Amino acid sequence: MKLQNRHLLGLDGMSKEDISAILDTAVLFKEVLERPIKKVPPLQGKTIVNLFFESSTRTRISFELAERRLSADVVTFSTAGSSVSKGETLKDTARNIEAMKIDMVVIRHPAPGASHFLSRVVDANVINAGDGGHEHPTQGLLDMFTLRDKYGRLENLKVCIVGDITHSRVARSNIYGLTTMGAEVSVCGPATLIPRDIEKLGVKVFHRLEDVVQDVDVINVLRIQLERQESGLFPSLREYHRYFGVTKEKVSKASKPITIMHPGPINRDVELSADLADSEHSVILQQVTNGVAVRMAVLYLLGTSN
Amino acid sequence: MMKKTKIIDATGFQRAINRLAHEIVEKEKGAENLAVVGIRTRGDFLARRIAAKIEEIERRPIPVGTLDITLYRDDLRGRLDQPQLQSTQILFDITGKTLVLIDDVLFTGRTIRAALNALMDMGRPAEIQLLVLIDRGHRELPIKADFVGKNVPTSMKQTINVLMKELDDEDAVFLSDSDEMELKR
Repeated sequence: MKLQNRHLLGLDGMSKEDISAILDTAVLFKEVLERPIKKVPPLQGKTIVNLFFESSTRTRISFELAERRLSADVVTFSTAGSSVSKGETLKDTARNIEAMKIDMVVIRHPAPGASHFLSRVVDANVINAGDGGHEHPTQGLLDMFTLRDKYGRLENLKVCIVGDITHSRVARSNIYGLTTMGAEVSVCGPATLIPRDIEKLGVKVFHRLEDVVQDVDVINVLRIQLERQESGLFPSLREYHRYFGVTKEKVSKASKPITIMHPGPINRDVELSADLADSEHSVILQQVTNGVAVRMAVLYLLGTSN
Repeated sequence: MMKKTKIIDATGFQRAINRLAHEIVEKEKGAENLAVVGIRTRGDFLARRIAAKIEEIERRPIPVGTLDITLYRDDLRGRLDQPQLQSTQILFDITGKTLVLIDDVLFTGRTIRAALNALMDMGRPAEIQLLVLIDRGHRELPIKADFVGKNVPTSMKQTINVLMKELDDEDAVFLSDSDEMELKR
């Protein structure tokens, strides 16, 4: 079992075999996380640096926990909203990484393609923890893991991603991964937030949530990035909530129970109603737990292949 | 030229398991507090058979666990092929138990070192005893077995192959002269 690529930059183009290998390995790490001592030694002596050029709480903590539980040495560096020219900062960062003999780099950056750039200039294994509106592969993997855990399969599972599809790296990674694994993926949101040629990725487009609930097994609710509210892509939060907010009432019209996912952090009662987020149909906290196991699997598979 | 000799046949295999089970019961004065843990892959099947035999002798259930030592290997880096990680399933609390750790072949002792570290991360057994079907010598670490099916003096160039019905066609142990040994390990 060895992944084709020595970096994890995105799920676009990743094979079904590689995705399955990561998900299967994550099952084994989930067992490790249930032991009294939740730490195993395979990355002993490896140094991992987490570069966060964009704010993040959950992803950063999840990666750090995963790294420490594999016994790696961990350094975390975060600058939220640095105004320095990104290209140059990254190039300098890369040189410093080389100089410090670091084995693996986890990078989050506001610029799409930042992790690709880094992977071309350093020897270390690079893991993309979110690059602008491009991809967030470990989120896509943990979403797939959570669904496979619940349904026992991904083939023919009907998953709708609801929200701001255009600006969402979570949506993109989910679409690439889920379609590769044979799920039926659809998206739903205001027309202004859905890319025009999204069907080319093999997804169906819904413009009404009422149609979605009749069709799908799973709704993956995206966070409405409140900072984008100024740009006029949708009139108001209240209107967004009325048409695209996922609520208990709308979901109750479905003929079968629908599983609710959200990558966090939730804007309660904007994109997702609080009662639904806390209901038994929500797997939001399982996603967080599984995130650590999935990241351990990725770090292990990349960090122990020579 | 490869020479292959069957050193244990199906009957011998069964007798070895029966004897080892009796030895454990005798040494531990019964099976109270006893549990067995097999190292994947063949140590696991061996553990199940020995536990079944002890249950037959003592008429009490023996907890059986399966241990995968991949995460604890000392050669994880430097190998060209990535070893397949498999599940560890020890569904009972090992703390306070008398554990019999079981593997098919004892060679350098490195697998057992890894297994001991893994077990220590899961609890604090009262004691750990080591059982192997074949002890072929060439230890690289200060480890010895408490229960041995058969001592087989070997040269470094030889290979021991344990076959078990659960995975192979038969229960048997083969000794062969092989130049491919380093590849197989």
